[in-house]
Amino acid sequence: MNVRSVLLALLLLPADVAAQGFAGLASTAEGYAIPQPGTVLSFPADHAPHPEFRIEWWYLTANLSDSEGTEYGLQWTLFRSTLRPGEEEGWNSPQLWMGHAAVTTPDTHYVAERLARGGIGQAGVTAEPFEAWIDDWRLAGPGDWSELTLAASGPSFAYDMVLSTDDPLVLHGVGGYSVKSAEGQASHYYSQPFLEISGKLTLPDSQVEVSGHAWIDREWSSQPLTDEQEGWDWFSLTFESGPRLMGYQMRQSDGSTYSTATWIEPDGAATTYPDGAFSALPVEQTEVSGVTLPTTWKVQLLDRGVDVTVSALNRQAWMATSIPYWEGPVIVSGSHSGRGYLEMTGYSAD
Amino acid sequence: MTVAGLQALLSHWRRNPWQLFTLIAGLAMATALWSGVQAINAEARASYDRAAQTIGQGQFAQIVRSDGAPLSQVQYVTLRRAGWLVSPLVEGKIDIRGDRFLLTGIEPLTLPDNVDATGALEASDLTGFIAPTGMIIAHPSDASAVEKLGTVVREDASQVPGALTADIGFAQQLLRTAGITRLLVLPDQPIDQPGLASIDPSLTLRRAQSQADVARLTESFHLNLTAFGLLSFAVGIFIVYGAVGLAFEQRRPVFRTLRTLGLPLASLMTMLVLELALFALLAGAIGVALGYLFAAVLLPDVAATLRGLYDAEVTGSLTLRPSWWLSGIAMAFGGTAAAASGAFWRLNRLPLLASTKPRAWAAEAQRTNVRMAGVAAVLGLTAVLIMFFGSGLLAGFALLACFLIAAALALPFALDLMLRMGAGLARQAVPQWFWADTRQQLPGLSMALMALLLAMAANIGVSTMVSSFRLTFVGWLDQRFVAELYVRARTPQEASALTDYLADRIDAALPIISVDARIGGLPAEVFGIRDHATYRDNWKLLYAVPGAWDRLAEGEGVLVNEQLFRRQDLSVGDQLGQDTVLGVYGDYGNPAGQVVMGMAEFRNRYPDAVALRFGLRTGNSEAGELAAELMREFDLSPEAVIDQARIKAVSLQVFERTFLVTAALNILTLSVAGFAILISLLTLATMRLPQMAPVWALGMTRARLARLELVRAVCLAAFTGLVALPLGLGLAWVLLAIVNVQAFGWRLPMYLFPLDYLRLGALTLVAAFLAALWPAGRLARIPPDQLLRVFSNER
Repeated sequence: MNVRSVLLALLLLPADVAAQGFAGLASTAEGYAIPQPGTVLSFPADHAPHPEFRIEWWYLTANLSDSEGTEYGLQWTLFRSTLRPGEEEGWNSPQLWMGHAAVTTPDTHYVAERLARGGIGQAGVTAEPFEAWIDDWRLAGPGDWSELTLAASGPSFAYDMVLSTDDPLVLHGVGGYSVKSAEGQASHYYSQPFLEISGKLTLPDSQVEVSGHAWIDREWSSQPLTDEQEGWDWFSLTFESGPRLMGYQMRQSDGSTYSTATWIEPDGAATTYPDGAFSALPVEQTEVSGVTLPTTWKVQLLDRGVDVTVSALNRQAWMATSIPYWEGPVIVSGSHSGRGYLEMTGYSAD
Repeated sequence: MTVAGLQALLSHWRRNPWQLFTLIAGLAMATALWSGVQAINAEARASYDRAAQTIGQGQFAQIVRSDGAPLSQVQYVTLRRAGWLVSPLVEGKIDIRGDRFLLTGIEPLTLPDNVDATGALEASDLTGFIAPTGMIIAHPSDASAVEKLGTVVREDASQVPGALTADIGFAQQLLRTAGITRLLVLPDQPIDQPGLASIDPSLTLRRAQSQADVARLTESFHLNLTAFGLLSFAVGIFIVYGAVGLAFEQRRPVFRTLRTLGLPLASLMTMLVLELALFALLAGAIGVALGYLFAAVLLPDVAATLRGLYDAEVTGSLTLRPSWWLSGIAMAFGGTAAAASGAFWRLNRLPLLASTKPRAWAAEAQRTNVRMAGVAAVLGLTAVLIMFFGSGLLAGFALLACFLIAAALALPFALDLMLRMGAGLARQAVPQWFWADTRQQLPGLSMALMALLLAMAANIGVSTMVSSFRLTFVGWLDQRFVAELYVRARTPQEASALTDYLADRIDAALPIISVDARIGGLPAEVFGIRDHATYRDNWKLLYAVPGAWDRLAEGEGVLVNEQLFRRQDLSVGDQLGQDTVLGVYGDYGNPAGQVVMGMAEFRNRYPDAVALRFGLRTGNSEAGELAAELMREFDLSPEAVIDQARIKAVSLQVFERTFLVTAALNILTLSVAGFAILISLLTLATMRLPQMAPVWALGMTRARLARLELVRAVCLAAFTGLVALPLGLGLAWVLLAIVNVQAFGWRLPMYLFPLDYLRLGALTLVAAFLAALWPAGRLARIPPDQLLRVFSNER
């Protein structure tokens, strides 16, 4: 048996996915810190890891296009999870790091994964100057994220990007305390949805100069899902008119959902909506790697007049990583038009 | 009719349980030896594959430091951060309360997917495996020893015995190092990876070693074992042949009766085939089971041999594999078919009312002898042809096979000739009867005697080969290990401190410095040596150009070891790449090729190589004192300072292990042959009553008859021994001059060991005597009425 896959499975994906939620996020949080309401986030310090929490991520997605108008999607993610709360030196560190990188074209989806132990410098995050890395994959810049560089590479793709923004961070929920269920499971969650991005994509037989906009999500928690929550459908949409919408629904085993959304004005002013305001309904299903999941959605936030169809740029954007999920660029049409990213987790093979 | 016929046929075995036992036992032993050898081979091969998988040795390219020192953790992280997907391994030896183990530390998150280093781990163990408290994976036979360490131990039968696996962090703790021995390079690397030299020039990338290397190097060893297995099988089949033949002969009256009662020949044949198939199945099953036991007993020795000779790790435990169950049973059927085909052929041609007189059988046998001698002559000729025109290991074995079978087939003819000469010399009635009766008995015993011949010849041949090898090897050890002390430094700094320290204390510190290379597609080592009397005076070159040592020192060429020389089909003076071959030296017990060049030239070509090992010519100082002094001054472990005597002892030990299995198989084969004689004599004893009765009636006592029986057995064994000696020496010559050269890459001088042969001869006579003792004893005590009854019966 391969240690790595089992180790990850044990840590992140308990055997019975349906009962325990996606990626082990529903496991008990014994000994780990629990997100507390009223916690005041401070930056750049909170860009750094929170090793007392069980799981954490630095999540960047970007919608890109080249000079000929071909659209691309790009993902760069660094996950941290830990076997025990806290950090130790060297190989004794309980921290485990996982990186996912992807480039999506209209007809191909390239994926790579990296894994590393904490404590030895192979992967980690520092706040000032900001650097998040695993192996040669790197997201770095000053602590205010005004200028960032981004790089990753896989066996058949690579990218090298620069990002910039003058806009502020957006805190979800109440001051970055984001509730995930009616029982009160929560995470600390903030975003930088206003990044301009440009750079070079290397594909197996071409190199393309691309530009577009990017979105960084930061989240940490010890138990963001309840036992009944099986997975989520997460949307980050950038409308051509300027505002951004982050919305997701937790799918629960009884068929109901728990949803949350944040409406972000172009100046960064954010409004969080409670369960029920945001809705996402599957319109069209696609079979991807043996799993059937929706690749076209009807998304509504009626309070803001949003009633849009969200469809995948490439329906086969399957992340065939240790913990597989669907993640890819989407095209928005309807009441608003724009681009965005969709993540779907917890869909099982049957 | 069928049932009655079957009953009649089977009743024979009820009346002759010994014959049944012979048949089953012979077949079972043949199958056992064969399937045992197959099991060992299969296990060894499975182990190579597993070993290659476990540590990723060979399967993956690797990165090491050019100077041989361990890598630092920082170097590992630097490489990863530069986009090189590598996984760190730390390796070292640890002592756990006196037991030594090879510990490998792995990093499970970066380890390549198809490396199954941690097979035994349960999902719940995995967090424990990388936890600071540690966990060790060990072969079940090592588990109790490793538990003394006080850590969690997981047993894993696929782990190589003596090798332990742990997480890299825990392994570094146990090995008291912060370093990394080597890095495995994963097969899929990023698309835009920078060159290694631009990241860290102190590192070297070693290409993946072809996985087939170990298999290729050990192939000949396995072929050797297989040949031995086949030889043993052949010996066993001789027993079966004898038993089946006798059973058919003895049942002739039954066959005749059944046929005259109306049983069709086809039905009779079918019944006999069924009967034999049943026996083959039974004996095959017993044989495979015995073979398993036999393999389980021998496997540790084989493992030791392979480790010593080829550095190939083999698990000491055996897994049941369906393939060799099947092959064992198939061999049992094949062997039975081969052994019985002659009997069936004769039965088919048997006239309905053929004479059942044994003398007729003997006369037929005589014709058979001549036929067999004819076949033997053809085979002998083939052997000669192979000797002149064949090449390769298979040809060597084919030569051996032809040679041995020819000799075995010619044996009855030769024995008959000797007995006739004996009869010619006899003047009195009893000796005349003795020789005639022995000739009469020859057909019944010839198969057993053939088995004995093969076993004795194999014994003489193999022991001559091994002993010759041993003499050569010991002589070579004396030449090769001349330095009084061998010392190993841990780092280049320590090495230079050592040489500085020793500079005015001893005659010379001769660096032992080498780099790995591939020559002709196989791993080889390139050594650099200083021009020193130690080499000139002691290394005997097997072939050399004039002034080879001077030219070597001048950098005008290289010396190569015999393995490389023969493998590459070189001659002295040839070019090997850019170098001239100046000479060839013997290098026994090493599978790899070696090239030796002058130190200046070596330095020139491999500037990064660092000598960490030295042979010390202590001159006037006392080696033991110097060793103690070095250990004290440089805090060296006893393993790092080895004196000449110990290094020789270790080498000799490796050598002894190499032939442990050969010796064991040898003895087994001889025992099977002894058993064959016993069985043949036992079965003959009952058949021979009609010939004994008249002699007894003429006044010879039963006791004297029994004594003559003993003398006869010893005589026949002695005659067989006389034939076996030249045959065995021929065998030894083929092994030394042809098979060894092909299998191991060295040719050895042949020495003779008359005392050994005498001992073997005596042993054989004793065996024959003991085998005859029981039937003779029975004859001595046979009730007279049984002898009398002979005259009232048909026979």
